Amino acid sequence: MTQLVPLVVLVPLLGAALTLVLGKRPIAQRLVAIVALVIVLVIGAVLLIVADASGTLVMEVGGWAPSVGIVLVVDRLAALMVVVSAIVLLAVLVFSVGQKIADGDSETPVSIFYPTYLILATGVFNAFIAGDLFNLYVGFEILLVASYVLMTLGGTQARIRAGTTYIVVSLISSMLFLAAIAMIYGALGTINIAQISVRMAEIPTDVQTVLHVMLLMAFGIKAAVFPLSFWLPDSYPTAPAPVTAVFAGLLTKVGVYAIIRTETVIFPGPGLDTALMVVALLTMIVGVLGAVAQADIKRMLSFTLVSHIGYMVLGISLGTVAGTTAAIYYVVHHIIVQTTLFMAAGLIEREGGSTSITKLGGLLRAAPVIAVLFFVPALNLGGIPPFSGFLGKLALFEASAQQGTALAFVLIGAGALVSLLTLYTLMRVWNLAFWRPAQDVEGYESPLLDNVSEAPGAQPVKEKQRISRLMTVATGGMVAVSLALTVFAGPLFAISERAGENLDGSSSYIAAVFPGGVQ
Amino acid sequence: MTISLVLLIVMAVLYACGVYLMLERSMTRVLLGFLLVGNATNLLLIAMAGQPGEAPIVRDGLAAQDMTDPLPQALILTAIVITFGVSAFLMALIYRSWRLANRDQLEDDADDVALRAGAGGVRVEQLVADDRDSEFDPAQRSSDEAER
Repeated sequence: MTQLVPLVVLVPLLGAALTLVLGKRPIAQRLVAIVALVIVLVIGAVLLIVADASGTLVMEVGGWAPSVGIVLVVDRLAALMVVVSAIVLLAVLVFSVGQKIADGDSETPVSIFYPTYLILATGVFNAFIAGDLFNLYVGFEILLVASYVLMTLGGTQARIRAGTTYIVVSLISSMLFLAAIAMIYGALGTINIAQISVRMAEIPTDVQTVLHVMLLMAFGIKAAVFPLSFWLPDSYPTAPAPVTAVFAGLLTKVGVYAIIRTETVIFPGPGLDTALMVVALLTMIVGVLGAVAQADIKRMLSFTLVSHIGYMVLGISLGTVAGTTAAIYYVVHHIIVQTTLFMAAGLIEREGGSTSITKLGGLLRAAPVIAVLFFVPALNLGGIPPFSGFLGKLALFEASAQQGTALAFVLIGAGALVSLLTLYTLMRVWNLAFWRPAQDVEGYESPLLDNVSEAPGAQPVKEKQRISRLMTVATGGMVAVSLALTVFAGPLFAISERAGENLDGSSSYIAAVFPGGVQ
Repeated sequence: MTISLVLLIVMAVLYACGVYLMLERSMTRVLLGFLLVGNATNLLLIAMAGQPGEAPIVRDGLAAQDMTDPLPQALILTAIVITFGVSAFLMALIYRSWRLANRDQLEDDADDVALRAGAGGVRVEQLVADDRDSEFDPAQRSSDEAER
């Protein structure tokens, strides 16, 4: 079964090469891209079943035993992430096929979209299955370089401006990560994650702390954790709708995944847990306060994205099995729901010609289907029972209460407040864009709009554009998946729990990579 | 582990200059800064290989501790290739930025401008037409400069 592991990376990479060759045949390109992602989805599902049934899969690349050779490790967490990412990537791909990336193709050259998209997928999958730090770095670089291209697609001035910030910040995080790898190699003589975990305990604690902080800084920038999060709401909203959807869903979560690995395998002890809890608190609150002030739906969603990263960091920082379990469930929930909301925002933009709540109105009557497709994930993100957002937050709060420190209870309070404010911002969109009659938009006054600031350089309302059935189907499919997270919450939570138990300390990870013990 | 002092000093200077340049507004300087920081990190990796020794080719009469550690060199090679690809992309970005606005400076952040104005309201961004190609047309270019 381990032979399947490298295919997760190889299939999208070969697909990217093939789509590049087929540059002049858009239909064949789309077909290849969709087939490649479907294959990865199937392989991911098989890996998840196998990893869940018979334990962690370890592939020694080229047959070289670890510590000399490179290992690819698929445990329950990695397999789960691969499956969820494949679902999201596939749905957004279908959405973008329906949208033809953007009409009037002058803004977006379609022929490079599919290869770049598949390379992005390659990077994401490679990061999930990496068994050594340098391979993780390479995975990050692959997905980042692809994301630079997607972010500046078409090269309009606004995108170049936003892309520049994004690229410079990402370059700094990559350099920090590479420097951290160099220092870890200098201190421990290895870059294999399992071996690092064994040797880390043997070096002085102050050196450990330096390495720990460097890794967390590098991953924190990628995950958009509070003091390092300001690049995100600035850069995401300018990209094309499908690109923003997949970035919001996946890229930050790759950072969160790396933080989970750092906290559970490389530094399993309490380490910086208290600092992480404070950071989680600030991320939640600062993020949602930004969202409250935004009139533009895409910018508002970008701020809620930052604030909900705080929930995941909270789960990780608890340092208990229950906390890790809740964090894993929350990551899965958030990838699906945040992507769905951004796709729905893309539909709103085409139907209403704008994404600003000051200019939208009467959408419930004009487009009832879009209303449903926005309303369900909005309630879900706000944490209304019985949706998965509620279940995830409940699990996080339970885990915090079990841990029982004063700070943990402060975090529960903050978490509840933040979910209320999230609900407020989303229901404000609902009230204004969907419920408000279209003829009332001109000269409308309401306390809801008092402290809202428009997106800078906001565009005037555009003509209504046609929405192809494929876009609605893709968004509807994602809504169905998010509902499935509720219906099948039992089995999913059980898998998360087993994944969390796997990550209770580093012993099971080390035993999987070095079955005969570490030399 | 012994470390070459020269390597360490060069690395520190490269890091300092690189970080300084990356804080500049001009994109070309950011690119130069990125190249310096990238090379400083490569030197850090080399330094972590420890004492240099014989070429790491297994043969009779050569003990493992007499060889240079080959792994950091493999890492550096990969890092160099990545830095190369990213700088190529950055150059394309700078060129595009130049085509659009005839300068490579990072524009003011629209949010900051709005805040400074105190209005917190809408600011209409003036876009230079995408297809106006003033670069190779002196007449057009001078009129552009006059506008500014």
